[in-house]
Amino acid sequence: MSETDTLLELSDINLIRSRHHLLKQVNMKVERGEILTIIGPNGAGKTTLLRVALGLMPQTTGRVHRLPGITLGYMPQRLHIDPTFPLTVKRFFSMAGKNLTTKVLPLLKEVGAVHVLDSPLQSLSGGELQRVLLARALIRDPDLLMLDEPVQGVDVHGQVELYQLITRLRNERGCAVLMVSHDLHLVMAATDRVICLNRHICCSGTPDIVTNDPAYLELFGPLMVQHLAVYTHNKGHRPIGQDG
Amino acid sequence: MFDDFLLRALAGGIGVALVAGPFGSFVVWRRLAYFGDTLAHSALLGVALGFLLHINLTLGIIAVCQLLAILLFFGQRQKQLASDTLLGIFSHGALSLGLVVLSFMEGIRVDLFAVLFGDILAIGLVDLSWIYGGGGLALAGLLWIWKPLLAITIHEDLARVEGVPVDRVNWAFLGLIALTVAVMMKVVGLLLVTSLLIIPAATARRFAWNPELMAILGSLIGCLAVVGGLYGSFTWDTPAGPSIVVAACGLFLLSFLLPNRLASSFSDR
Repeated sequence: MSETDTLLELSDINLIRSRHHLLKQVNMKVERGEILTIIGPNGAGKTTLLRVALGLMPQTTGRVHRLPGITLGYMPQRLHIDPTFPLTVKRFFSMAGKNLTTKVLPLLKEVGAVHVLDSPLQSLSGGELQRVLLARALIRDPDLLMLDEPVQGVDVHGQVELYQLITRLRNERGCAVLMVSHDLHLVMAATDRVICLNRHICCSGTPDIVTNDPAYLELFGPLMVQHLAVYTHNKGHRPIGQDG
Repeated sequence: MFDDFLLRALAGGIGVALVAGPFGSFVVWRRLAYFGDTLAHSALLGVALGFLLHINLTLGIIAVCQLLAILLFFGQRQKQLASDTLLGIFSHGALSLGLVVLSFMEGIRVDLFAVLFGDILAIGLVDLSWIYGGGGLALAGLLWIWKPLLAITIHEDLARVEGVPVDRVNWAFLGLIALTVAVMMKVVGLLLVTSLLIIPAATARRFAWNPELMAILGSLIGCLAVVGGLYGSFTWDTPAGPSIVVAACGLFLLSFLLPNRLASSFSDR
């Protein structure tokens, strides 16, 4: 793999805030076209790591290197818009830059949310809002999509659909995806590699390798192991992510 | 029958209302009502500064408001105190300090009622030029940063990732709103400045389907309130500043009688 295939590289990242060591010695690479998922318990620093990677938060030591000239697409974890702010989905898209209006409809089609074009942003359901945010992240044709908890606030059925959508977008567009998730089951079918984070990187690799890693089992405890058994069982009979 | 002072009052009130519409919209969207109050309360200190340095009082108010805006900006970066606690300290601290400083100044009688509730009927040509000069400057500045400021209001991090110079735009907005508050002082006084910012904008919300329309409607509704308030004040000999605010509240209540195209889509939240 040549140098230019690494879109994003984080080397020896440490982040210390008011004497708390939030990120310890984190090394991470995102290659062109791959889906990389950061998982970990609450307070593990997943969103913090994503923010460092985006350049929204300065690290204490270490280096963030983005391949020059690449475009980032960012999907924030939450969108709190005051109900007094009159904003339709269409207008929300036009805020991204000039001459983008022709792209809005095709994009909404791509994510399956055409019907909300003229709706106020605050009236969308959880699933619709996530799709709109995803489409918004795509509007500048990014090389790298950064998604912070992309299935948050969506029911399980909708979560499966959203992960399938993310996989499909990657396959069709060839963009890399770096996402944060605290779900352990559904996301495994939708990712190429996993980083298991608890302030430092506990383990990383393909879903198969990570889910069998002792560090992973220790981090998420017996309850999760139980769930994993169910997941593995299902996987044998009916692959979850077969739409690919 | 219209006297000169009434015409000047009308011109000053309308000038202030025009500026208040767009700025008030941002105050409502970004939940800055208490922030606006805090800036306004510091105005008394500005009056004291004006007497102390023998400069124009409006200039003194502008200077103190700008200074407070800077202090608040840095104050809100710390995480020890909640934002509204900090604002409360600054707000009442500035107001009280202003009163104390004024009481120390020999031979100066400040018409407190005018400072607290405005003295629109005493507006002179100098005041008018401050309102239209300062207000025009504030509006031009707001127009300049309009798009990036909207983007930041929607989502600050998203705007930053998309290349908006977030810090610079926020700084500019703080400076502009401090200028606006200072300019509005003469008309409604420091206790009522925020009301003229938020009531017309909140009234406009029911009829606006995009941010620009809300800003413009806010200005127009503010102008109506000024005309109505001055008329009431002239007819029934009531204090002018409070009468304008009462008129604005009346318009706000009246607006619920009119059909509104957005209520249905927002009421089910």
